[in-house]
Amino acid sequence: MLLTRTGLVLLALVVAAFLALFVGLRFAFLFLIGVGFGLTLEGLRFGFAGPWKALVLRRDGRGVMAQLLAIGLTAAVALPLLAAAPGELMGAHAPVGAAMIAGAFVFGACMQIVMGCGSGTLVNAGSGNALGLLALVFFVVGSFLGTLHLAWWTDLASLPVLTLSGLLGAEGALAATLAALAAVAVIVAFRAEKGARLPQGRLFLAAGLLAGLAVLNLVVAGQPWGIVYGLGLWGAKVASAAGADLSQTAFWAAPGNAERLASSLLTDVTSLTNLGLVAGAFIAARWRRVMDPAPARPAARLVGGIVVAALLMGYASRLAFGCNVGAFFSGIATGSLHGWAWFAAAFVGSILGVRILAWLQTAPTAPARLETAR
Amino acid sequence: MSSRPLPRRQTVGLALLAALALLVAADIGTSAPLDPFRAPPPAALGSGAAPSGAHCAAAPT
Repeated sequence: MLLTRTGLVLLALVVAAFLALFVGLRFAFLFLIGVGFGLTLEGLRFGFAGPWKALVLRRDGRGVMAQLLAIGLTAAVALPLLAAAPGELMGAHAPVGAAMIAGAFVFGACMQIVMGCGSGTLVNAGSGNALGLLALVFFVVGSFLGTLHLAWWTDLASLPVLTLSGLLGAEGALAATLAALAAVAVIVAFRAEKGARLPQGRLFLAAGLLAGLAVLNLVVAGQPWGIVYGLGLWGAKVASAAGADLSQTAFWAAPGNAERLASSLLTDVTSLTNLGLVAGAFIAARWRRVMDPAPARPAARLVGGIVVAALLMGYASRLAFGCNVGAFFSGIATGSLHGWAWFAAAFVGSILGVRILAWLQTAPTAPARLETAR
Repeated sequence: MSSRPLPRRQTVGLALLAALALLVAADIGTSAPLDPFRAPPPAALGSGAAPSGAHCAAAPT
């Protein structure tokens, strides 16, 4: 009964009710927003890494167009909201720096090898992909390790935080963001084959739903949609439980992070949306009946590559001040220049990653039937 | 290639959900007690309070 579609939806609602009663209404809303992200990403097969690969390899620009649409729709609401309530809402604003750009490049390469980005790894694992689960474990480890060295990396060379709102004002920031997204769309259209430029209906729907959920995330949490902070926090929680003294580290000794570490995961924004996302992906996978059959065991070289890449991806995501969600999606949608720098560096990294994955998949033994990259 | 297949997708998904439930349950036992009466307002917008969550884009301060 519990694993039927209705049973799973009811179970998610029971979890939300528990959160509302014992933690707070805001936290219940955030869990449900996360479920919505998972249902949308898995149910409508919306991804980030996969469409970049499709554009590079097959000149298929439909998925990237859908991403640009989702970001533009989010920006159209988020930027005016941020301008109207600067004391209550904050954007995903981070400095552009050498480590940030290098981190985005490495992340872009590794997400192609892992066949899932930040959200994609959670969706893959939640929908029952064993390699996705393996990647998630090492992604968490990497994200945690990245927090331990973040201050050293960001001290290397970094600009101050620059936002389009700060440079151009609120209206100018929205106009510049939409114009830049449109310019990228034109480049994608030129690159894409005829007939592979406009997103399919499901991707239009997914873009609209993701934008709506991202705006809800901002309104409820006061901050944009993110993934990586929660994963690093999960790693820190496990390390603390194993006896590590994180109060001696610069990152976890910082007041805000120390408070998160001491508080329940059920009060952490990105942990809750991540948990909801995994649950939503599981429900959607059951809904779509893609739970079987089990794939064949992949070659050791591919598994080893995924482990290393997932670890690096987690580490790099901290240096890059976010993944495809926190930096690319939310950074651009809230006017941070680091979002654009992330996009450029990660896309170049993806081109390299696609080639590395092709090499890993030409192992002497046939690779497993893998899901399409997210 | 080994003839043994990977675990069934449903098994993997359930294993992940169980592991996360275990993580959350263990964490509740060791972290600050939950107190719904001290919870923030349902939505940040309109609350009059500064955002207090943590985000990956924020530099450690």
